[in-house]
Amino acid sequence: MRVWKFGDDIDTDAIIPGRFLTIYDPRELAKHAFEGTRDEYAKKVKEGDIVVGGRNFGCGSSREHAPLALVGGGVSVVVARSFARIFFRNSVNVGVLPVVCRDADKIADGAKITLNSKKGFIEADGKRFRIEPVPEFMQGIIDAGGLVAYAKSLKEVPLCTKSQR
Amino acid sequence: MGATIVEKIFSKKCGGDIRAGEVVMAPVDGAMIHDITGPLAIQKFYEMGGSKVFNPEHIILLFDHQVPADSIPAAENHVYMRKFAAEQHIHNYDINEGVCHQVVLEKGRAAPGEIIVGADSHTCMYGAAGAFATGIGSTDMGFVLKFGALYFKVPETIRAEVSGTFPKRVGAKDLILSIAADIGADGATYQAIEFAGKTISNLDMPGRMTCCNMAIEMGAKAGIVAPDKITWEYMKGRRTMKPFPLESDNDASYVTKRSYPVSDMEPQVAVPHNVDTGVPVSKVAGTHIDQVFIGSCTNGRFEDLDEAAEVLGKKKFNSKVRVIIIPASRDEYLKTLKAGLIEKFVKAGALVEAPCCGPCMGGAFGLLAPGEVSLSTSNRNFKGRQGSTEGKVYLCSPATAAASAITGVITDPREV
Repeated sequence: MRVWKFGDDIDTDAIIPGRFLTIYDPRELAKHAFEGTRDEYAKKVKEGDIVVGGRNFGCGSSREHAPLALVGGGVSVVVARSFARIFFRNSVNVGVLPVVCRDADKIADGAKITLNSKKGFIEADGKRFRIEPVPEFMQGIIDAGGLVAYAKSLKEVPLCTKSQR
Repeated sequence: MGATIVEKIFSKKCGGDIRAGEVVMAPVDGAMIHDITGPLAIQKFYEMGGSKVFNPEHIILLFDHQVPADSIPAAENHVYMRKFAAEQHIHNYDINEGVCHQVVLEKGRAAPGEIIVGADSHTCMYGAAGAFATGIGSTDMGFVLKFGALYFKVPETIRAEVSGTFPKRVGAKDLILSIAADIGADGATYQAIEFAGKTISNLDMPGRMTCCNMAIEMGAKAGIVAPDKITWEYMKGRRTMKPFPLESDNDASYVTKRSYPVSDMEPQVAVPHNVDTGVPVSKVAGTHIDQVFIGSCTNGRFEDLDEAAEVLGKKKFNSKVRVIIIPASRDEYLKTLKAGLIEKFVKAGALVEAPCCGPCMGGAFGLLAPGEVSLSTSNRNFKGRQGSTEGKVYLCSPATAAASAITGVITDPREV
């Protein structure tokens, strides 16, 4: 389980270029993930690998193809200093866990990485880094098994009910 | 403590006092899906157990990214969505009307005080009509199609106070590029940007659309302008609703207030490969370009094309530059046609295409080869956005684009 390290402002065009957006199958999308940005990624990514970015990971287009392209390659966790809003929600919705880690920049490409979300840290090459908890209402969706499962469980929508951040 | 426009919109919808930071399941007044994000949204709607959409009258569907279908998979997506629209009695504008965001506003599908969602990040453009509008992904949209509601974290607001009079050939696009450079690509993440001040009060609807469109380029959830005379005038004939007051209270709480004087502003250009890199045009003047794109939801309205035509005058476009001009919608196309501008552009050497996203889609047509440079009036200059990741995209106003298309290098529009 290795780290695929990327920098700041990784946009969704970089994760999956516009010319592949007629594809919806995660495995097919994964073949083109980061194409033109980092070509070795799609060839070498393995089940359980973790993508690590800097600030503003997933900025740009609302294309859900971006987290799907990660899922299709076996990546179910993305760690970053911060995430763009739509990508964050899309990730949770399709089963990619977006993990905010202020020290993401200290994690090296190729590092061996494990996530301990219950205890709130990641360990990369033997070093532990604290991660931030997922917002409460998003955790509810994750616990339900994603937004599709959550939606199925709803008889009616709890309109105008508030939940704290 | 007073409330911001955004807090007021959510409070009114839910009948309570809803403040920034709270998460609320709010009803939506409108939803838009297009050919890229729509098929997956429909699939998710069915996976969620959906059979009938919440209210077909509050949903629109159209195709704009790959029109007319540029590949067999694109054509198949169109067929899939047409079938869904017919079965669910949803209004389908198909390939006929233009770029989604322009069409939503033109057709009166977004109005002051409403909450609108679109499965496209530039949905924030409808803030120009005083709506709270935000882009969402396909699974969230599947949820909306089924329930007519969605969880929203009510955003805090940044107030961008704009003052002064735009100099000649400087306008809304230059303003928003300079705001993006100031706030940064993630400076407004999970926040709304309220554009205010005398300059905004005097700004026409197309200019307000340009500003709100690019709020997402700072990570914002929404851009918004308080509805005023100009807004209500625009709504006439589009919606039957009586004007009502909707503005932030004087003592509303903002994350920050920023001032943007425009009277001495130079035309701005965002350099590759981020949107928050705006510099005065003088810094990049003389840069070689291979292609110029004037169009998109950001700058494809008649007023934008008219500005380009004014700069063009009686000159010709440089024969070494490919000039692609695309009105944002059928209505804008017709206005441009009737004003004689299409003939003028074609005679000057441009390709004028039918309304669609064009090169900004980065997949349909107008792509860059490695090493090529595009100057574009659209909203994103990410690596690979318009083709090869070894190509470069600069962003600018229609005036700067037209001036540069004449000379063949990036050019200050006040110098042609």
